[in-house]
Amino acid sequence: MKSGDYLVIGGGLVGLAIAYGLARRGLAVTVLDEGDVAHRAARGNFGNIWIQGKGAGVPAYAEVTRRSALEWPAFAREIEEVSGVELRYRQEGAICVCFSEAELKQRMAMLAAAEADSTIPAEPREVSASELRKMYPMIGPTMAGGTLSPLDGTVDPLRLLRALLVAFRAASGTYVSGARVGTIARDGDGFAATTATGTYGAARVLLAAGLGNAMLAPQLGMRAPLRPVRGQIIVTEKLKPFMPLSFHFIRQTEDGGVICGDSSEEAGFDEGVTRPILARTADRLTTVFPFMKDVRLVRAWGALRVMSPDGLPIVQASQEAPGAFAVSVHSGVTLSPFHAAVVAASLADEGRLPPHLTQSFSPDRFDVQIPRNS
Amino acid sequence: MFRSLATPETPAIGIEVDGRRIACAPGENLAAVLLRAGFGPFRSTPVSGAPRMPYCMMGVCFDCLAVVDGVPNSQTCLTAVADGMTVRRQEGASAAAFLAAEGLADE
Amino acid sequence: MSDATFDLAIVGAGPAGMAAAVEATALGLSVCVLDEQAAPGGQIYRGITRPAGLDPQVLGPDYWEGKALAERFLACGCDYRPGSTVWHVDAGELSFAGPHGGGTVAWRKLLNATGAMERPMPVAGWTLPGVMTAGAAQILLKASATVAENAVFCGSGPLLYLVVAQYLRAGVKVAAVLDTTPWQAYLGALRHMPAALPGWSYLSKGLGLLREIGAAGVRVVRNVDRLEMRGRDALEAVRWRAGASEGEIATSHAFLHQGIAPNTNLARAAGCAHVWDEAQLSWRPRTDAWGAASRPDLYCGGDVAGIAGARAAALSGRLSALAAAADLGRIDAAGRDARAAGLRRAMRRELAARPFLDTLYRPLPAFRVPAVDDVVVCRCEEVTAGALADAVDAGAMGPNQLKAFTRCGMGPCQGRSCGLTAAALVAARLGMSEGEAGYFNIRFPVKPVPLGAVAAAGGKPAG
Repeated sequence: MKSGDYLVIGGGLVGLAIAYGLARRGLAVTVLDEGDVAHRAARGNFGNIWIQGKGAGVPAYAEVTRRSALEWPAFAREIEEVSGVELRYRQEGAICVCFSEAELKQRMAMLAAAEADSTIPAEPREVSASELRKMYPMIGPTMAGGTLSPLDGTVDPLRLLRALLVAFRAASGTYVSGARVGTIARDGDGFAATTATGTYGAARVLLAAGLGNAMLAPQLGMRAPLRPVRGQIIVTEKLKPFMPLSFHFIRQTEDGGVICGDSSEEAGFDEGVTRPILARTADRLTTVFPFMKDVRLVRAWGALRVMSPDGLPIVQASQEAPGAFAVSVHSGVTLSPFHAAVVAASLADEGRLPPHLTQSFSPDRFDVQIPRNS
Repeated sequence: MFRSLATPETPAIGIEVDGRRIACAPGENLAAVLLRAGFGPFRSTPVSGAPRMPYCMMGVCFDCLAVVDGVPNSQTCLTAVADGMTVRRQEGASAAAFLAAEGLADE
Repeated sequence: MSDATFDLAIVGAGPAGMAAAVEATALGLSVCVLDEQAAPGGQIYRGITRPAGLDPQVLGPDYWEGKALAERFLACGCDYRPGSTVWHVDAGELSFAGPHGGGTVAWRKLLNATGAMERPMPVAGWTLPGVMTAGAAQILLKASATVAENAVFCGSGPLLYLVVAQYLRAGVKVAAVLDTTPWQAYLGALRHMPAALPGWSYLSKGLGLLREIGAAGVRVVRNVDRLEMRGRDALEAVRWRAGASEGEIATSHAFLHQGIAPNTNLARAAGCAHVWDEAQLSWRPRTDAWGAASRPDLYCGGDVAGIAGARAAALSGRLSALAAAADLGRIDAAGRDARAAGLRRAMRRELAARPFLDTLYRPLPAFRVPAVDDVVVCRCEEVTAGALADAVDAGAMGPNQLKAFTRCGMGPCQGRSCGLTAAALVAARLGMSEGEAGYFNIRFPVKPVPLGAVAAAGGKPAG
């Protein structure tokens, strides 16, 4: 059965970034992807390259995130060159806008603590209400200010997905769509995955199937206790560019539409949108930018975040089935360069995941976890 | 050029189209009035700047957009004329943010 | 009306919505009808309550049939809300917006009567100013008595010939009719002829229109297999090819038509299962004999559930109203069935000619998927056929990944002008049937809606 070096299960941002990194290093890689209708975090993604406040209290996560953010400029150049797809990538800083003085104070304190914890500086700073008004003359009168992190940025996640796919195939990777994996198991000295379109094999396997990892990981003696957390996102009609930097939950795409969303719900696998959350999102957007009351909402969707019990990545190598790995994260955009470079290099050169990842983000940590609030 | 077949009645109201006064009857369809007035193109697209005019006349295609009473991207085919209504060409993407900023600066 | 829960909410005031409202109110149901237009009638009876000052002969008797229905509708006692665009539907409620304000309405049963729209006809230059649909020409005529001289009518199907005939009756000069019905279609349609005889009135009317056009001396080019709208900033000429012959006609107006297709966005966003109708080359919500969709609280009536024409739409609206009344316990099953019997007999007559018409006026593949790479498919995002083909080759495995890769279908028309084309393109390129290829995943809002209206919709449902 074994016919290649790696099977990567999942053709989203995580799977394709790692698969591209492996293929680029000369390995024979097959990506098994689902069909046209699938839960695709990559298609619902907001597109933030975001480190501001990420990993506060968890230095290992802050470290990985910041390292990846620093790699973004070179990664973007490489992917654009290899794929010929323009990513609409910008990393000139982004602002978390605050609705009240209290919120602003609290955020600055949190960012200062995260900064003290990390060896890679992010140098966040406060943006006063008047400075914010200078940058965005049309901002709502009640906005209190914001926090600006120069390392933050944005990328068009759909272009990134396409670019990674094209780059992966350009590096001689094999991409199979409509191949939702039902079972995966050891097969001789390799692995075999059974799908609707046939059985595929390789010496090693990486699970990067997003929420699908929850079902696949146990088949290889691993576990990925993941649940979907829905975020509802709205997009407006096209506007002439008016945002010098994007906000944490509001950004203007280069196409002109304003994309906005900051909701978080437990809604199972329902990718729909609901009136109360749409209304709340529209209310927050028009509070930040009152002129947008007359601007039309054109599209909305629910995107399912790949969430672990503590919100941090789960990275695991199987003890039971050596050569099987699983990566489950909900920051597929920010971490793309890290996945394509550090993770792929370790898998290709050493046949293992980077040890600092498997140590810091092993699912074993949930064994001693305090139960979540009910 | 579009023209009206109806027996001319005394137009009761007028709208202002790019600074020009156009006479029409109350409740008439705005896109129809604009087509007859030779207004065109209604807009240029935000993507390539291509000129566009009404296509479907039933609210489906969004090609008949114009700035109506200061609101960009208004569907003229779904709008009834009202006395004193102002219509301007829609150039590319909506300039709503800048109209708002100008408004604030004027205050 | 503030805390009322309506027994039946109806979206759309065309023949299906109007007839359903009349039937349902007569059975004692409380009914709310929301419609995007300023006056009832839908597209087929557009302007029926507000005569635009035309000689009644111009539009013909079929159009004026709608007048009595519209009058009964306006008098039926339903809560009719014109100028109301429904943008969201959830279990037991819907939200709407419009120039007269918006809100959220609570309902027990919902009838989706959103009708049909013209099938996209993506020929070269179809986005040029001056190029419109034949339906648009007819709407301008019906609602505004507004016409264009020396227009070229291109395509195929009853509506195209009807508008030409109406133009001619109004004394408007028509430059030419470029008919894309292939001669083979006449042969194919012949086998449906015997079954179509109960629907003879449709067939004879169609022939009558063609005779009327012929008698007026309008130039008709048949078997047209290629069209190009030419011009720099606006239409200047229509170029055509019909087998070995070709030509160019100078004009500043062209009206395109190749049939109509259900407007399924609301039904899709509401989660109704859909089926591919190969005979009509379009998707429609899966419905039972009463119009009930796959979710138990929602019916689909009229052309949205399959193209069948205005009379059939009115009948199907009434059938759904009967089913809603029975579901709500206002009439029993026997009463429902007794009332339905006559409607079903009439429906059979209405549908008899359908297979014949669907076969005869089936759009040519060349006019469904552009053969030329630089033809725009998505009018909103200006995505060309070539860009779509590239995305399929890059790995897009269906309409949704295609949308993600190209933005096709992401604009304000929400895929209505490009969905069928994009799906047909991906199917053809990957060797799938269109039924297998699927369609865009449609979500709310089903029409663009101002954020202010959305922000205001946060409270409890209230009229």
